[in-house]
Amino acid sequence: MSRIQESVIIRTVVRITVPFIQLFALYVIMHGASGPGGGFQGGVIFGAAIILYAMIFGIAEGKKKMSDALDKILASTGLVIYAATGLACIIFGGMFLQYSAVPLLPDPAEVSKYLIDLVEIGIGITVLAVMISLFFDISPPESEPEGAEE
Amino acid sequence: MKTLALFVVVITGAMLIYAGQDLPAFGDINSPSYQAPMTQYFIENSLEESGVTNIVTALLANYRGYDTLGETAVIFTAGMAVILLLRRRET
Repeated sequence: MSRIQESVIIRTVVRITVPFIQLFALYVIMHGASGPGGGFQGGVIFGAAIILYAMIFGIAEGKKKMSDALDKILASTGLVIYAATGLACIIFGGMFLQYSAVPLLPDPAEVSKYLIDLVEIGIGITVLAVMISLFFDISPPESEPEGAEE
Repeated sequence: MKTLALFVVVITGAMLIYAGQDLPAFGDINSPSYQAPMTQYFIENSLEESGVTNIVTALLANYRGYDTLGETAVIFTAGMAVILLLRRRET
């Protein structure tokens, strides 16, 4: 534990702000269709929230929030959501990623809007999982094993 | 070595600032990118065709959705490569 990690102020502030950062990330992802934002940006913000938590409370504590197996699964899930959306358009008779071909709603533009949101969610999931796994893999192993579960 | 790095950073920053002087002004109606025919098409038709009010998102996820799928695959591949090379085995 470094001196920064022992600071009560920093630990308290991080514990309070991390949920709000995650909420803001979800807002940025979902707001991508009607304003500034999108999957890439929101995913990076969400990943940064988990990375901040892991930096202050330790890698072992961070891995309880996002385990090694989970971020592999999430990284591929996001890509599959995107590709499956494209393939669904082919099944309904359109071209690959031609959203308006899916007959979910009477208005094709409306369908396109919701499928773009779905695609943005897929991008966000992939980006946040890759961000977090990069941080965990590059970070040095913890010097002193202070927690019992290691 | 640190002096050399600082020198490189300052020179690069100065070049970028110098090049930035030639950018068209924000919202300039005479800029080449605004005059391009595709720009007019996207401004007029992207809301009806894609249903989203943000033209950037309409371009990113609808008109060039295939390219964005490739970008996501690049990020996924980079993450998997780092996992394969650097992930420590369970002790």
